Amino acid sequence: MTNDSATLAALFLQFAILSFFAVGGGGSAVPEMHRQTVEIAQWLTDRQFSELFAVAQAAPGPNIMFVALLGHFIAGVPGAVVATVAMCGPSCVLAYAVSHVVDRFREARWRIAVQAGLVPVTIGLIAASALIIARAADNNWVGFAITAGTFAFVHWTRLSPLVAFACAALVGLGGFV
Amino acid sequence: MPSEIPADALDAPSAAAPPSIVDLFLAFAGLSLSGFGGVLAWARRMLVENKRWMTAEEFNHLLALCQFLPGPNIVNFCAVFGVRARGVPGALACLTGLLGPSVVLMIAAGTLYRRFGALPKLHGVLSGLAAAAAGMIMATVVKLAEPLFRFRLGPEHAVAIATFVAIGVLRLSLPLVLLVIVPTSIALAWRRTNDK
Repeated sequence: MTNDSATLAALFLQFAILSFFAVGGGGSAVPEMHRQTVEIAQWLTDRQFSELFAVAQAAPGPNIMFVALLGHFIAGVPGAVVATVAMCGPSCVLAYAVSHVVDRFREARWRIAVQAGLVPVTIGLIAASALIIARAADNNWVGFAITAGTFAFVHWTRLSPLVAFACAALVGLGGFV
Repeated sequence: MPSEIPADALDAPSAAAPPSIVDLFLAFAGLSLSGFGGVLAWARRMLVENKRWMTAEEFNHLLALCQFLPGPNIVNFCAVFGVRARGVPGALACLTGLLGPSVVLMIAAGTLYRRFGALPKLHGVLSGLAAAAAGMIMATVVKLAEPLFRFRLGPEHAVAIATFVAIGVLRLSLPLVLLVIVPTSIALAWRRTNDK
């Protein structure tokens, strides 16, 4: 575990920048988090990234808390705090600063165009997240089957996704994945 | 100006006295570990139905605003709600309430992962969970994209696919890609609003 100040500073800077570029929500930033932490800095492996992502999804609380788990893996407790503050702080300050202006122009043409323009970008980014996690997680046909099964379960039933996660965990416990 | 207040906001006014700092912290701390994959639904129940700190209308407007702005939606929501209720200290109370317990939980989970993550049994469980997580995001993508399916193939499909390829396949830098693709996409959307 490296928790020297250089790592913390790098972590802070990366996530603070990401905070502004997470269009449509925190999930949009997952591909860039992967690029920065796995491909460039090599703080963790592809597999570790996808496993930590899964733990965060299976835990209660906001999904963005994945950044705390990632920060903890990279730089311990200070890493968890730094990553969380960096990911949430800048966007909160921005939201506070512009909320009244944006609210006033709720019906304005530019606001509608910006909102409509961001939708397909968000979809592309979340799809990229799915690809990155699937590429790391689906190493055999059982993995593919779990991914497809979970998709079908979440898409076509109104039951809690936790049921699908529990089944996936059991199949994994059996050593099939 | 009174004339700017929408009529429906007057019909169902939210609680007259704004909640205290302690109220805010406790309310959002209660949300922190509730709900799986959807804290927003719980936030709505708490703010609109139980505490009546906001009307349904106010909730929807603030949510739309936070989905419009970059960053995690529920976190932005919490910050703007807190600031409007009790200024900057209110925002900090909401944020530490929402995020504090979760950070502690993640530190605990991360510690367990570091210690036991390599054990074969747990490794299997985590592999299963990761494969499931991939399926769950795919379902999210389809849900988000459903409104687009109503249109014939058009520029918004091209934008979604271009973003996916640039980020997911070519692994280009997110800020770089967004600096090109976001203005393009907004310009295309601007032209569409003109056509109507």
